[in-house]
Amino acid sequence: MYKPITLADGIYSVGCRDWDIRDFHGYYINEGTSYNAFLVTGEKNILIDTVKSNFADELLDNISRIIDPKKIDAVISNHTEMDHSGALTRIMHKIGEDKPLYCSKMGAKNLKSHFKHEYNFQAVGSGDTLTIGNRTFSFLETRMLHWPDSMFTYMPDEKILFSSDAFGQHYAGDKFFDDEIGDEIMPHARKYYANILLHFSPRVQTLLADVAKMNLDIRMICPDHGIIWRKDPSKIITAYDQWSRQEPAKKAVVIFDSMWKSTTKMARAVTSGIESENIGVRLMNTRKWHRSDIMTAVMESGAVAVGSPTLNNGIFPVIADVMTYVKGLRPQNKLAAAFGSYGWSGEAVKILNKEFEEMKWEIVDDGVKVLYVPGASDLERCFDLGACLAGKLKEKLSA
Amino acid sequence: MDKWECPCGYVYDPEEGDMDNGIEPGTAWEDLPESWVCPLCGAEQEYFEKMD
Repeated sequence: MYKPITLADGIYSVGCRDWDIRDFHGYYINEGTSYNAFLVTGEKNILIDTVKSNFADELLDNISRIIDPKKIDAVISNHTEMDHSGALTRIMHKIGEDKPLYCSKMGAKNLKSHFKHEYNFQAVGSGDTLTIGNRTFSFLETRMLHWPDSMFTYMPDEKILFSSDAFGQHYAGDKFFDDEIGDEIMPHARKYYANILLHFSPRVQTLLADVAKMNLDIRMICPDHGIIWRKDPSKIITAYDQWSRQEPAKKAVVIFDSMWKSTTKMARAVTSGIESENIGVRLMNTRKWHRSDIMTAVMESGAVAVGSPTLNNGIFPVIADVMTYVKGLRPQNKLAAAFGSYGWSGEAVKILNKEFEEMKWEIVDDGVKVLYVPGASDLERCFDLGACLAGKLKEKLSA
Repeated sequence: MDKWECPCGYVYDPEEGDMDNGIEPGTAWEDLPESWVCPLCGAEQEYFEKMD
């Protein structure tokens, strides 16, 4: 439990920090996260979003430090996912199930099918304005950012944007605001974008354009995870603009796994080849790096090399895991190359090239496959593969 | 011509087509190329349902 944090006159952050969580549906979180919920008090009291179900008691305790939770008159649900709606049943039971529950049209549909229960759903859409007591809210549907039901709630008088999962970060700590933590928060925000939102980058571009057109004066952005952007909300908006453009970056990553260290040797040679062209490169062993960290490196890189041994005529299962995950998030605008050692048939390189093709990555070379342990000339071919990949990236960047 | 709805909420309206993805207004659902997917969430056509 933490002391409710005042955001503006009568507006508080009342959510919870989850210090223990590490595996967030397959996304590795090294510093826990927070589920942010917001209480707006005044002539009427409104709760914006809730928390994960096992934190319902803590949410109620936090609210109790400000008002009796029974005095909540309405709830706004920006997003159906369980880390924000989990405590909704407890809250509705506490405040009275006849109280209005504002959400998007898709939110009403999804919450209903999620909870198998009819609440007093009041669907709101983009541009709708709602006045409850002395507080005014307006809404912006943000479909597929990152669920069909996602929406933003904006308070025009206070100029606060409650942005649901957008602009969030998986971070739990003793800092609550951007001005307290500074640039330390950016790696968390970047990893969050790469793993949750990258897939929807074209929608992010449209949304940013829409927000610019609306000329919203945004003084503070309150996401549902991590710190609140109050000093410089434009910083995270600018970062989202940059990340969602998916422009090629002057960086490379080599992702590999190995059974008997042969593909490891090849990966090192590819890495040296990339470096010989003065391109910064990271070497990531899939048994040492989590798929979510690899994903962040892929987002940040203009060139990606993947190495896999061939196991039973297929690619190595750990590489298949990473590739499935990466593919789902649709990173664009990458140059790619594959390599790998094999014992009898050697299908891995061909399978990886097919994966690259499906992701519309540009394959710079057919790739290098080596029978058994790579010798000096094989390693030279790997070095050349890395140099070719880096060289093409430089060409592309200067074009 | 029938409208079709994606599970994400996007509605394909043949009268409007999907110009961003090269589908001319007036293109019936049945005439969409196989490669056309939901412009919002990427779901394939088999997941859409015909609207009443």
